[in-house]
Amino acid sequence: MARNMQQGGRSAPRNAAEAPVVEALSAEDAAGLENFDRIIAKDSRVEPRDWMPEAYRRSLVRQISQHAHSEIIGMQPEANWITRAPSLKRKSILMAKVQDEAGHGLYLYSAAETLGTTRDDMMDALVAGKARYSSIFNYPTVTWADMGAIGWMVDGAAICNQVPLCRASYGPYGRAMVRVCKEESFHQRQGFEILLELANGTPEQRAMAQDAVNRWYAPSLMMFGPPDDDSPNSKQSMAWNIKRFSNDELRSRFVGMLAEQVKVLGLELPDDQVRFDADTKKWEYGPLDWEEFKEVLAGRGPCNAQRLERRRSAHEDGAWVREAAAAYAEKQAAQHTAANAQKAAA
Amino acid sequence: MGDKEAMESPTPEPTEGAHRWPLWEVFVRSSRGLSHVHAGSLHAPDASMALRNARDLYTRRNEGVSIWVVPSDAIAASDPDSKGSFFESPQGKDYRHATYYTKSEGVKHL
Repeated sequence: MARNMQQGGRSAPRNAAEAPVVEALSAEDAAGLENFDRIIAKDSRVEPRDWMPEAYRRSLVRQISQHAHSEIIGMQPEANWITRAPSLKRKSILMAKVQDEAGHGLYLYSAAETLGTTRDDMMDALVAGKARYSSIFNYPTVTWADMGAIGWMVDGAAICNQVPLCRASYGPYGRAMVRVCKEESFHQRQGFEILLELANGTPEQRAMAQDAVNRWYAPSLMMFGPPDDDSPNSKQSMAWNIKRFSNDELRSRFVGMLAEQVKVLGLELPDDQVRFDADTKKWEYGPLDWEEFKEVLAGRGPCNAQRLERRRSAHEDGAWVREAAAAYAEKQAAQHTAANAQKAAA
Repeated sequence: MGDKEAMESPTPEPTEGAHRWPLWEVFVRSSRGLSHVHAGSLHAPDASMALRNARDLYTRRNEGVSIWVVPSDAIAASDPDSKGSFFESPQGKDYRHATYYTKSEGVKHL
C-alpha cells in the first residue's frame, strides 16, 4: 500500500503507547477510538489509514512480522532437500513450494509495512537475531521423509492457524492470509503424498516415514503457541478480532484431523493419549514439553544458529545485486531525464 | 513514518540503507475482459524490475494475463475520515436505485 494510503495524518501520538491510553486521549483520539471500537464491534475491518490504538498497531506489527520471518526462515529446512529430491518431479514440486514460502513472506512483509514499519527494519531485526519466528523451523530435516512430515503436519498446522486469520480484523493481514491459504493447500497435499508413497514402499521407507512423523508430531502441535493459560497476548488479540480461536482450541482441532488422516497413511501418531472426548467434544492429546518450546524460542534449539547464519549470509551475499539494481535504476532515470530535457530544448 | 520509534530499532546499521527500493502497487488482470485489480505491493528498483517481481510474486499460478505496476507514492487517496463530507450521503438518494420504484413490481422484463 502506498504510504499516503497507509498513514492518516492523524496517527496516534507516540507517547500514547506508553501512557495509560484511557486518560490521555485528545478529542481527536477519542473520536478515533470510538470509530475503532465500532468497527471491531461490528466485526468489520480496520484499514491502514484508520485511527487505531497504538497497542493494536504494535501487536499486529509483532504478529505479522514474526509470521513473515517464519515463512522466510521456513524456506531453509526444505531447501536443504532440493538437490537430493528422489526424482525430477519431486524436485520441481519442492522448488515450487519453497518459492511459495518466499512469496508468503513477501505478502506478509507488505502487510506489516502498511502499519508504518519498514522492510529494512524488519529484515535487520531478523538477521540481528532480535526477531522471533516459528520455533518449528529450528528443527533439522534429516531424511527425505521429513519433507513429507513437514508438508503434512507443519503446513497442516499452519493452515489450521491461518484459515481463521483470513478474517482478522486488520484488512491487509486478512487479505495476505487469503492468498497464503489458497497456495498452502498444495503444500499439505504434496507432503501427505510423500508420506503415503513411503508408507506403501519398502520396510525401510515405511520406517523412515514413521520416524519423521514421530519427530515432527510434538513440534507441530506446539506451533499453535503456549497453552491458553500461559498465552499472555491471546485474550487481547481475540478481543480485537485478530485471533478467532484460542491456541488450545486450534491445537485440539488439528489433533483430530491428524488422528483421522494418519489412518490413511497406515502410520501411527507417537501419542497414545489421543482420543475424542465425547463430553467436551474436543480432541485430547498427551502432554507437550513446553520447556523445550521455550528453549527453542529463546534461541537454543538444534538449528537456531545455523538458520540465522544462513539468512544473514544470504542477505549479505545478495547486497551487491541490490546495489547494482539500484545503481542501474538511477542511471536509467538520469538518462531518461536528460533525454527529456534535450527533447524539450529542441 | 508511522510508529517506527515504537518498534525496537535494531543496532547494526542496514548495509544497504542508501539503496532502499521504492514501493510499487501491483494490479493484475486475471483474464481478458476483466479490469486490473489490486493484488498487493512490492519493492523494486525500477519499473521493469517491478514488473518482473510482480510476475514472480503474484502470478505463479496463471493468475494473470496482464500486470500494471504503479509507484505507490504516485497514488492519491481520499481521506478515510471524510466519509460524511467526501462521499455523498446515500440518505435521501434512494431514487438512484432500481429498488426505489416499487409500483412496477410484477411487470415482466422491467
